[in-house]
Amino acid sequence: MATRLQFENSCEIGVFSKLTNAYCLVAIGGSENFYSTFESELADVIPVVKTSIGGSRIIGRLCAGNKKGLLVPHTITDQELQHLRNSLPDQVVVQRLDERLSALGNCIACNDHVALTHTDLDKETEEMITDVLGVEVFRQTIAGNLLVGSYCAFSNRGGLVHPHTSIEDLDELSTLLQVPLVAGTVNRGSEVIAAGMIVNDWTAFCGSDTTATELSVIESVFKLREAQPTAIVDEMRKSLIDSYV
Amino acid sequence: MEEEAGMFRVHQTIGSVLCCKCGIPMAPNAANMCVKCLRSEVDITEGLQKHVIILHCPECDTYLQPPRTWIKAQLESKELLTFCVKRLKNLSKVKLVHAEFVWTEPHSKRIKVKLRVQKEVLNGAILEQTYIVEYVQQDHMCDSCSRVQANPDQWVAAIQLRQHVSHRRTFFYLEQLILRHDAAARAIKIKQMDQGIDFFFANRSHAVKFLEFLGKVAPIKSRHDKQLVSHDPKSNNYNYKYTFSVEICPICREDLICLPPKVVVSLGNLGPLVLCTKVSNNIILLDPSTLRHCFMDADQYWRVSFKSLLSSRQLVEYIILDVEALSSEVNVGGSKYALADAQVARVSDFGKNDKIFTIKTHLGHLLNPGDYALGYDLYGANSNDIELDKYKGFSLPDVILIRKSYEEKHQRKRGKPRHWKLKSLNMEVDSSTRGRIDEEKMYSEYEEFLKDLEENPEMRFNISLYRNKEYQHSEVASMTDGEDVPSVPLEELLADLELNDEDNDDESMKG
Repeated sequence: MATRLQFENSCEIGVFSKLTNAYCLVAIGGSENFYSTFESELADVIPVVKTSIGGSRIIGRLCAGNKKGLLVPHTITDQELQHLRNSLPDQVVVQRLDERLSALGNCIACNDHVALTHTDLDKETEEMITDVLGVEVFRQTIAGNLLVGSYCAFSNRGGLVHPHTSIEDLDELSTLLQVPLVAGTVNRGSEVIAAGMIVNDWTAFCGSDTTATELSVIESVFKLREAQPTAIVDEMRKSLIDSYV
Repeated sequence: MEEEAGMFRVHQTIGSVLCCKCGIPMAPNAANMCVKCLRSEVDITEGLQKHVIILHCPECDTYLQPPRTWIKAQLESKELLTFCVKRLKNLSKVKLVHAEFVWTEPHSKRIKVKLRVQKEVLNGAILEQTYIVEYVQQDHMCDSCSRVQANPDQWVAAIQLRQHVSHRRTFFYLEQLILRHDAAARAIKIKQMDQGIDFFFANRSHAVKFLEFLGKVAPIKSRHDKQLVSHDPKSNNYNYKYTFSVEICPICREDLICLPPKVVVSLGNLGPLVLCTKVSNNIILLDPSTLRHCFMDADQYWRVSFKSLLSSRQLVEYIILDVEALSSEVNVGGSKYALADAQVARVSDFGKNDKIFTIKTHLGHLLNPGDYALGYDLYGANSNDIELDKYKGFSLPDVILIRKSYEEKHQRKRGKPRHWKLKSLNMEVDSSTRGRIDEEKMYSEYEEFLKDLEENPEMRFNISLYRNKEYQHSEVASMTDGEDVPSVPLEELLADLELNDEDNDDESMKG
């Protein structure tokens, strides 16, 4: 189920938050509305952690991670690093990277199995990603843009990419990521997908400017409708009936 | 990005995304909205004029471009389109791509123009939109038409052209010159007056232009005056009537002149009796006894302003009895002359008495015994000239011959139409002076003028002659004599502007 929300009157919520299957990071905002939306959705399932990285609030774009680990840039302070290590579950490895391209969220897009990275990333960084996140790394561009982390958002079940991506590129990426991909927009025609929305396997959050069409596209490609509790029940009933004969 | 040099480049097909508003599949664009949604969001014609009032003058079919210009344009023409687009304000904010008319009834007083404009919206997407502007046409007479309506005879500038001589030859010639150069195209009225012509113009600058034209073709002096007609104290506009008084010098071709002593000295002792051979904007004077000539331009003439002694009206016919050449043919200022001694007698005396004059003449190259010539009879004339009296002890020649006469030959041709004709200006004849102008005198003067044209090729230089269609070339040739009457060669004639298949006479009649 996709939810629409705003961070301090901005629709670019992907900039101020990070969502994975194991945890959720949220920036420190003026009002508590942002945090409380996440809490109401996710609190019983995964921890929702308020943090800053290097004193800034654009944490969504500075760090990259999945359920196995979290990579943070060298600009993070020791206290913040310690805070993250304390708040996140033990199986999540928090690793600090010494990378020239420090906006890791813009350079790396990943789910639990595959990662797409900026083509100019260091070799050591790539090795780190493989180690910490436990993923296969591919250097790619999306619709000619190097910042793969900004122009696509994907989970284990589907992905949304920049609207100008050609069909050949779409096929190629889809083969690499092994998930269905669709080209679309978010926040009323904005092309910067990852800045406008955050997603994991069962839920997604979008900026409040997102139109109904965009929302339906997101829900269909990330297969969020099936994540409804009622849908799960229906599936169970079908299997029960099957066995009735 | 991949380099294309030798690398394999995959063919990129643009995928389709859903319009973020309406959800229909479309090709991605900068706004990621389908055109209809974009149009519903953004109206680039906001703030542009859709309704304009233009003023139209029904008399002259012109449209007002403020503050003062009236532009002539037909309905649905390019000029009207340009005018309509110019009248739109704020059009600089968008880019105009195309404009065309939408048909409306001509009497509906509405003009509709469909415009296509482009503007950049949202994030770099260029939107194109068509819209219609309606022009309401209001009728309003333009200034010139209203002035004409108020008083059709209203003129602003007038040129009064005068020449104080007793004949109208100059004016016939001027009329042809004006027609040839189309100088009086802007005159609203031309009136024939006693001893001159009046030209009326609607604009002072037209009158000045005509005045300058006159200055180039005739030796004139002019003065100008103006009269206040109205005065608007608020805007300080003054309306005047301008009058130019122009006088042409009274010396004409073939006049005999006695120069005042001062002029004789200033011209280098050019004998007191001179002939005027050519008048353009200068006067050329020829001394028949020494074959010297000189130029005098308008300023010089008007400083001394002498009058002529005898004019071509007073020419008398002579018969040549004997010619003896004194000098060979010389070329004086473009014309040929030869000094000769001649014995002549007046035609009126011939056969009656034995009065024979022995004279010197400058027409030695033309005359043969038995020819007729026209000349001034100084022997019999009673000249009452102040200048002549100043010359004590100066002996006047008895006769001064001017030109050869073709009177006999003309007798044969009298009554037969010429094969060329002239056009004439549209002149009003002043009814008040009708009594003084003698119709027959005018007619005979005109005939003389036409004969003059035939005999003098250099006079024809500046005049357009037209082929006379009514002329039937008579086979009864009176051209069997050795010497022909001078006539206008066919090559000089202009065909009147009509598309006719005339077979050209190849015959050229040369004088």
